[in-house]
Amino acid sequence: MKVEIVDRPFDAATETAALSRGRTDIGAVVAFSGICRDSEDGAAIQSLTLEHYPGMAEAEIARHVEEAEARWPLFGVRVVHRVGRILPGETIVFVACASKHRQAAFEAAEFLMDYLKTRAPFWKKVEAANSANWVEAKDKDDDAAARWTKSKRDAAE
Amino acid sequence: MKVLYFAWIRERVGKAEETIDPPASVRTVSDLVAWLKERGEEYAYAFENQKVVRAALDRVHVRPETKIAGAREIALFPPMTGG
Repeated sequence: MKVEIVDRPFDAATETAALSRGRTDIGAVVAFSGICRDSEDGAAIQSLTLEHYPGMAEAEIARHVEEAEARWPLFGVRVVHRVGRILPGETIVFVACASKHRQAAFEAAEFLMDYLKTRAPFWKKVEAANSANWVEAKDKDDDAAARWTKSKRDAAE
Repeated sequence: MKVLYFAWIRERVGKAEETIDPPASVRTVSDLVAWLKERGEEYAYAFENQKVVRAALDRVHVRPETKIAGAREIALFPPMTGG
């Protein structure tokens, strides 16, 4: 696995390619990019600033990658998360999973994103023309994460 | 023990971290938050709604009823918005 926290823009395509480079046993790569948008509820976003808990953020992400690797037959996982000031169009978070068949890669990527949204110690502040406000956590993110703790069929293609 | 604050809790308290020495009667995370509230207006404001205060002890998420004895570092923060 590779888990990285970075404070400057990175390229999702480069990270995705690195996951399967040199390997011919991988049949499926699923890559997700979470991107900073330019508006929310009609209000323009100038930037996001992401604060994090150094040390715990990497450890918490790694714990969830280990759980994904235990639950699904994965051949590799890469997670990259930005911190600091992020502009619209820039990638905030990247999750990619590789496996032999697609079900494991799709499910593990979704599982990791649902957990990153609720358990990874990062906090977003939205900067607009005349304001800077902390984003509030959403109940639907907690609901999404909770569904992974009910018994869910693991990939077995 | 060291206590770290994040996001708007950090802003309201006015500092990112400090060293504290709670009395033995402060046993759990929620005891600690209640004790911190007494330290001043900024703390009372930061922790006015204890239901949204989350905690980690030595970098692991814990529930409010978890005992703090033995922990070297406690972090207090609002619900997370990463990802």
